Amino acid sequence: MPESFAIPRGSLKVYLGYAAGVGKTFQMLADAQAAVQRGEDVVLAYFEPHARPDTIAQAQTLEAVPHKKIEYRGKLFDEMDADAVLRRNPKIAMVDELAHTNIPGSARPKRWEDVQVLLDAGIEVWTTVNVQHIESLNDQIWQITGIQVRETVPDWVIRQAAEIIAVDVTPDALLNRLKRGAIYKPEMVQKALTGFFRGSNLGALRELALRQAAHEVDLRQSAYDETSAFQLPRVSESRAGETAGNQSKEHVLIHITADPSTAMLIRRGRRVADYLHADCTALFVHETEQFADLPAEQRISVEKHLRFARSLQIETRTIQGEDTAKAVVEFARRNKVTQIFVAHSETSLRERLFRKNFTENIVRLAQDLQVTVVADRSHRH
Amino acid sequence: MPRISELPRPSPERLLKQVQAEESKRWGARLKIFLGYAPGVGKSYRMLDEARRRHERGEDVVVGAVQGQQSEEVQDLLRNLELIPPLETPEGQPVNVEAILSRAPQVCVIDPLAAKNPSGSRNPYRWQDVQELLRNGITVLTSVNLLHVEEYKEKVQAITGKDTAETIPKSFLMAADDIVIVDVPPDLCLWRQGEKLTSTGISNYRERKLSELRELALLLTAEVVDAQLESYVQAHGIEPVFGTHERFLICMTPHSDALAMIESGKRNKERFQGELYGVYVCEPGQSRRDAVEIRRYLEAADHAGGTTEVLESDDPISAIVDFARQKRITQIFIGHSVHNSWRDRFFGDPVLRLIRAAKGIDVRVFPH
Repeated sequence: MPESFAIPRGSLKVYLGYAAGVGKTFQMLADAQAAVQRGEDVVLAYFEPHARPDTIAQAQTLEAVPHKKIEYRGKLFDEMDADAVLRRNPKIAMVDELAHTNIPGSARPKRWEDVQVLLDAGIEVWTTVNVQHIESLNDQIWQITGIQVRETVPDWVIRQAAEIIAVDVTPDALLNRLKRGAIYKPEMVQKALTGFFRGSNLGALRELALRQAAHEVDLRQSAYDETSAFQLPRVSESRAGETAGNQSKEHVLIHITADPSTAMLIRRGRRVADYLHADCTALFVHETEQFADLPAEQRISVEKHLRFARSLQIETRTIQGEDTAKAVVEFARRNKVTQIFVAHSETSLRERLFRKNFTENIVRLAQDLQVTVVADRSHRH
Repeated sequence: MPRISELPRPSPERLLKQVQAEESKRWGARLKIFLGYAPGVGKSYRMLDEARRRHERGEDVVVGAVQGQQSEEVQDLLRNLELIPPLETPEGQPVNVEAILSRAPQVCVIDPLAAKNPSGSRNPYRWQDVQELLRNGITVLTSVNLLHVEEYKEKVQAITGKDTAETIPKSFLMAADDIVIVDVPPDLCLWRQGEKLTSTGISNYRERKLSELRELALLLTAEVVDAQLESYVQAHGIEPVFGTHERFLICMTPHSDALAMIESGKRNKERFQGELYGVYVCEPGQSRRDAVEIRRYLEAADHAGGTTEVLESDDPISAIVDFARQKRITQIFIGHSVHNSWRDRFFGDPVLRLIRAAKGIDVRVFPH
């Protein structure tokens, strides 16, 4: 492989916040200013033109690559001009708002895809994102805020970042900024205060962002330790047995069905596997002879779930089995699975009498394994 | 649902917090702490920049203590703020509490928080000076490094080899009205300490060590934020928010492999910085042999840092679910049922009944 001739990939730095207005962009631009003073070649590849005044002031002294104007339904929209950034070829490019969806007619649908192109060209990218845009946290964010966030960034995009920086501010300070009109226009403020910016929402999102940042920092330590000769005693948590190597590796199995709750199950399983540094497999069992024999509606849902699992870098398998629960448990034993993740499914009395509920049957059959019945946490009582 | 154990005694943290909350409510004084994982993250700058903004907005701000070494940017900020000089003693420079109290500003900056006062001072530690300012209605902005939090001192020492005699109790941090973590990547932190700048990410041993401290500081801040969230939720009587903080409940039943569950619960608690609870469910008419087992399990759960309780009920599943709801449990750990009694055959496998009843809570079933 002609690896030595390839341009080394650019590294990615992510400024992680918990809401609009915490100061991600401001912090990124302040760091950019410092980098320019150190003599680095830095450009502003994309910067939100409707930014706050103090942020705009920070941006003014930096070299900006002109945005691309794209017309859509009679209006002009600003998008990052990735080609222009590539031609300029700076050492470091700032790209605001990683989760942004490009306007139809752009070269790529998502800004994070534009960022991949810059990274592939060897450009270091600094970018900003809020915790609610991380794919695997989508359900949790919805439970906390009641708001379904549509613009998400796949976890692997965040994971490839060489560095994550938590941009923290107290909810009180954030609310002050909001009330002073520093984040949204006055007519938007009241709406924001009763919606996303409710006091308890902010606290919960902030905690989530801090824990996520700690988790990302932890993953980078493990990655470093694996490639370096020394072992630092881990004090931030107990990894009893894990580093010693005498404990067999954990293996998480996620049971896929056509049920919509599967998406939530995949995210949860992935997160637990990440925390345990475990292998992760997703399994679908079809009772029909061939996968293609499934009713179209069911097949489409299952395919969607399998694709989603693969997008979170989970290995997927489909097998044939007449008794789903039995097939799952046997697969688990064959593949040295240590934990099975199944969704909680409602049971009717009829199902119970005839032992037709596969969640319950898996629990019944897998006496030698750990089975986690994952609840839909949006149920409130 | 009768309980054998006593009512939980309020922790000193909670009491301190209550007292401070009541007092500061009367006066409107707030304690805001800027936490950093190491020197050079930029705590002083962030804090003094806030002091500057408050001053510009018309608040009456003074500076009661400053760091020995200051960067140029910090010196620039200090030039525009009123300084109340510390006392000069042969043993050091304690905060001049009396002068600040008679000057009676709205806001006072104390940088840093962790300091031992010279013998004969009005308070042995500077954090006690800060409490006095708060009691007198003065809002305090102050900074602290992870090394100086008593409960983290040993851990930091194990990583960096640095030691200190000047610490503040973690409970003081937990009782703060506001906490902000000042987070920068380790390479920049080292660069500010005068090292050469390296490539982005963890690229050497020193960065790796700092990164460990950084993780600890982020998790500590998350813990403080969670405590604040809980009191906010209680004060405003709103529905608890699920899913931010993991709370594990271990159900210990006779003949279950409780020790394995406790071990896993302990690991999970540490991994997720969550909370651990253990309940032992007694059914009426339990044997003496079981009592010995109960004690062994309860002790093990206590030892793992869990809060334990004994529940007595002729309907153990309902008792467990009620307890879980009350404590906002997110995951219940239980052992697979082994023996099928006539009762189980009639009412159904207890584990399956628990799964059905515990809607909204994960149930993790352990092998025997």
